[in-house]
Amino acid sequence: MNTRTKETIRYLGYGNHAVDEQTFALIEESFRELDKIASRRIIYRFFEIIPESDDSLYIGKLHIISKNLSKNLKNCKQAVLIGATLGTAVDQLMRRYQITDMSKAVVMQAAAAAMLEEYLDECQEKIRKEIEMEGKGLRPRFSPGYGDFDISNQKMVLRMLDADKTIGLTMTASYMLTPTKSVTAVIGICELKESCNKTGCEVCDKKDCIYRRNA
Amino acid sequence: MITDVLGKKLLFFDGGMGTLLQERGLKPGELPETWNISHKEEVYDIHRQYFEAGSDIVLANTFGANALKFHSDEYHLKDIIFAGIECAKKAAKNADCTGRERYVGLDVGPTGKLLKPMGDLDFEQAYCVFSEMMRYGEEAGADFIHIETMSDTYEVKAAVLAAKECTDLPVFVTMIYDEKGKLLTGGDVPSVVAMLEGLRVDALGMNCGLGPKQMLPILEQLMEYTSLPVIVKPNAGLPKQRNGETYYDVDPDRFSDTMKDVVRMGACVVGGCCGTTPSHIRALRKACEEIPVREPQQKNHTIVSSYGKAVVIGDKPVIIGERINPTGKKKLKQALKERDLDYILKEAIGEQENGAHILDVNVGLPDIDETAMMTEAVKAIQSVTSLPLQIDTVSIEAMEAAMRIYNGKPMINSVNGKQESMNQVFPLIRKYGGVVVGLTLDEAGIPDTAEGRLEIAGKIIREAEKYGISKKDIVIDVLAMTVSSDPNGAKTTLEALRLVREKLGVRTVLGVSNISFGLPYRPAINSNFYTMAMQNGLSAGIINPSSEDMMRSYYSYCALMNYDENFETYIRIYGNERAAGSADHAVQKREMTLGNAIEKGLKEEAVLITRQLTGEMEPLEIINQELVPALDRVGKGFEKGTVFLPQLLMSADAAKKAFTVIKDQFSDGEMDRSDLPKIILATVKGDIHDIGKNIVKVLLENYNFDVIDIGKDVAPEKIVEAARTHDVKLVGLSALMTTTVVSMEETIRQLRDQKPDCKVMVGGAVLNQEYADMIGADFYGKDAMQSVYYAQKLFGREVKAESE
Repeated sequence: MNTRTKETIRYLGYGNHAVDEQTFALIEESFRELDKIASRRIIYRFFEIIPESDDSLYIGKLHIISKNLSKNLKNCKQAVLIGATLGTAVDQLMRRYQITDMSKAVVMQAAAAAMLEEYLDECQEKIRKEIEMEGKGLRPRFSPGYGDFDISNQKMVLRMLDADKTIGLTMTASYMLTPTKSVTAVIGICELKESCNKTGCEVCDKKDCIYRRNA
Repeated sequence: MITDVLGKKLLFFDGGMGTLLQERGLKPGELPETWNISHKEEVYDIHRQYFEAGSDIVLANTFGANALKFHSDEYHLKDIIFAGIECAKKAAKNADCTGRERYVGLDVGPTGKLLKPMGDLDFEQAYCVFSEMMRYGEEAGADFIHIETMSDTYEVKAAVLAAKECTDLPVFVTMIYDEKGKLLTGGDVPSVVAMLEGLRVDALGMNCGLGPKQMLPILEQLMEYTSLPVIVKPNAGLPKQRNGETYYDVDPDRFSDTMKDVVRMGACVVGGCCGTTPSHIRALRKACEEIPVREPQQKNHTIVSSYGKAVVIGDKPVIIGERINPTGKKKLKQALKERDLDYILKEAIGEQENGAHILDVNVGLPDIDETAMMTEAVKAIQSVTSLPLQIDTVSIEAMEAAMRIYNGKPMINSVNGKQESMNQVFPLIRKYGGVVVGLTLDEAGIPDTAEGRLEIAGKIIREAEKYGISKKDIVIDVLAMTVSSDPNGAKTTLEALRLVREKLGVRTVLGVSNISFGLPYRPAINSNFYTMAMQNGLSAGIINPSSEDMMRSYYSYCALMNYDENFETYIRIYGNERAAGSADHAVQKREMTLGNAIEKGLKEEAVLITRQLTGEMEPLEIINQELVPALDRVGKGFEKGTVFLPQLLMSADAAKKAFTVIKDQFSDGEMDRSDLPKIILATVKGDIHDIGKNIVKVLLENYNFDVIDIGKDVAPEKIVEAARTHDVKLVGLSALMTTTVVSMEETIRQLRDQKPDCKVMVGGAVLNQEYADMIGADFYGKDAMQSVYYAQKLFGREVKAESE
């Protein structure tokens, strides 16, 4: 089973349980349809980090107050801002299935999330290879809305990426990304390839979460 | 006026602005428009350099000066726009370039927001934001309006309407395409061209996103479809990154070299976008100045379009789905009366799946507000399908309202040869664009002869010309008359089809199934007449795509006439005709009970078994002995963690299908829902993720509650109003993020205040019991089943656990 299928099953809340045949078939169908219509787009740009205190810093012109992010970016001199989306057609397809087939809609929504994460992982790996030559490494992705990194930072992150113009990524008045299957994130660039945690789920404190990886 | 020379001589735009401002110290994330006041000398200087380098046209630094993008405590929007135009006009006046006419455009970029249904910006709100900008621009003295870097047809429609309705200035539009020739929202070149020409812009084209080389194939498409002057403003190549900085590396020589091809291919307004500088423009002018301009040629494609798709009505016939029309359809009538949009959406999706290319939308019923229903239906259908729509109504008010909010260039049904009809409909086509169906009838009725109908068709086309509507935007309906009352009816219609195609050279449309009215076994007559009509030149049949007979005629006709390359479609559809039947088999052998089928979530089997059971058992017996216990078992499994959400929903769906069979069988399809307990569901204001709410809805309906779904991003006031109107005892609210829980709290507060006897249940990713208590909810449902249990308890409808 490939990673995105495994992740989809995890998002559906199966935990350690084996997935049933019908749901598995829906997952495969969903990926087939998504692969056909998704238009993956990404934009990333590099910015200087200027630490201010234990819980505040500047990324380019963006002033952020966040303990969690400051910790995540500790010792980093630069960060990559990244925005990625699967495009509006995915939203339309998910909406369609919410009208005609709710189980398919639920599965597709999980599959699209897995697809987006996989796409980000691939892109992040490319960036990592780019900077590896300079002896640098990457921290895990950290998105507006994680921990105390206020979601209202979404606005400046999008603007610093010209995300509407470059990849068609925008947000609503309440800072939700549109198209919905989209991500923005900050990725710290650390010097000397110091050990960078690769994954996000495992570091979370909520140990009883049904979506936890390897629960 | 710039329009006097547009398309007659080659005009040169300026180049990039942002890059140059950044070189002078503008920071990423800073609003460039503030510089119109804070650094006006710099802005002026850049404009002046462009004029002196060879630009005839300079765009003012107003790209993001709209109320949604431009938020500043220091400056007012009006002052920013006035200052921007002033900088450019001053540069036009002072620049050293004698003898050249110089123009200043108001530069209008996107709002940076996505419009509904994909985002949260209302079409009319977008229109208002653009209107404000356009008015200031005209007042400040801009020579024309340039709308650019647009990636959404809907947003660009709002901008063009604002420019046209609020000013008298010429309007240019350029869009941003990717290398595949698609917009970021999925639209293709013909769909964009069709919509913009329909809205009567003065010139169109592309800018940004790509370098000159990558634009060539897209330019080729533009030239194929548009009759308007074409604008091309590429970046200096594709963006690259170095030390974290974005840069463009196509130098002025290479840039202008490719631009020579651009001009030779037919672009007549050229310039640059990101990364281009006055040097690029100087080289561009020098390289291209002497190339003779190709005047725009009239193109004759009949195109309707939507969000992401254009349908060309050409030699190969297309199918217009007729299902969304209440005439003779009981269930649709009921759905319209109850404003049950889901029913209409299911029809639309079904028609698309069955092969329709365009969907007719008719929601006319005597006792409903047709204008409101039409706009609502059009918006909803466009949120689930990219097929272009045919707006079908006799109400001019409903027609205009729908044309206004339609995303794309619609088909309009209809105008006829009566002077009054033409006087009403043609101005709308002129303003909003559209392909209009012309019915061959007039004050004297429907002519008996083919020649008579041809005559009226000619009259319609001539009258349309007076409005500047070309005949490619008219499809003629020669009307199919019932053969049982007029034995020559079919012959006349077929003859008229041929005459109209031959003599007038326009495309045709026909409501096919009228022909057999009053005869037995209508599909036989219909499908054969359909084939004959296509053979006589029918371009677009309005038919029922779920009729296998009609579709067989269509696919066979396309296969026979070489419209189906390698029989690809024909083979895909009829290649493995015998796969079905496995469900039948299992059911025949009675290997499965209805309960099993529901538990396993097998829809087809559930339907087949229920059909058998309806012959043997009473409806209530089936429900109480088979259906409900099975649902309960699945629900319990879900609670215990042995059944998972997709399975729960598959079972729910199978149960729903079984319910429908029972209802169809025993009540002739009409459902009396008046005595079911009503529950309102909504996703709160600010929140556009409504899958959670929709899951709860499916389950509640399964347990026989009448769910009134008022959608997503719903204001507290609207929820309260609905709760009072329907006098409900339970409202379910959903929210995804902490930012929107505030709206949930406010909604609860208002409900307590104005509908105190109403309980509120809440759910959503960020909620928990503690949070729910804090905002004053009566119940927190950690999953969808919990909401069902709570509703059952509240309405005293607990189902006894017979299964245990």
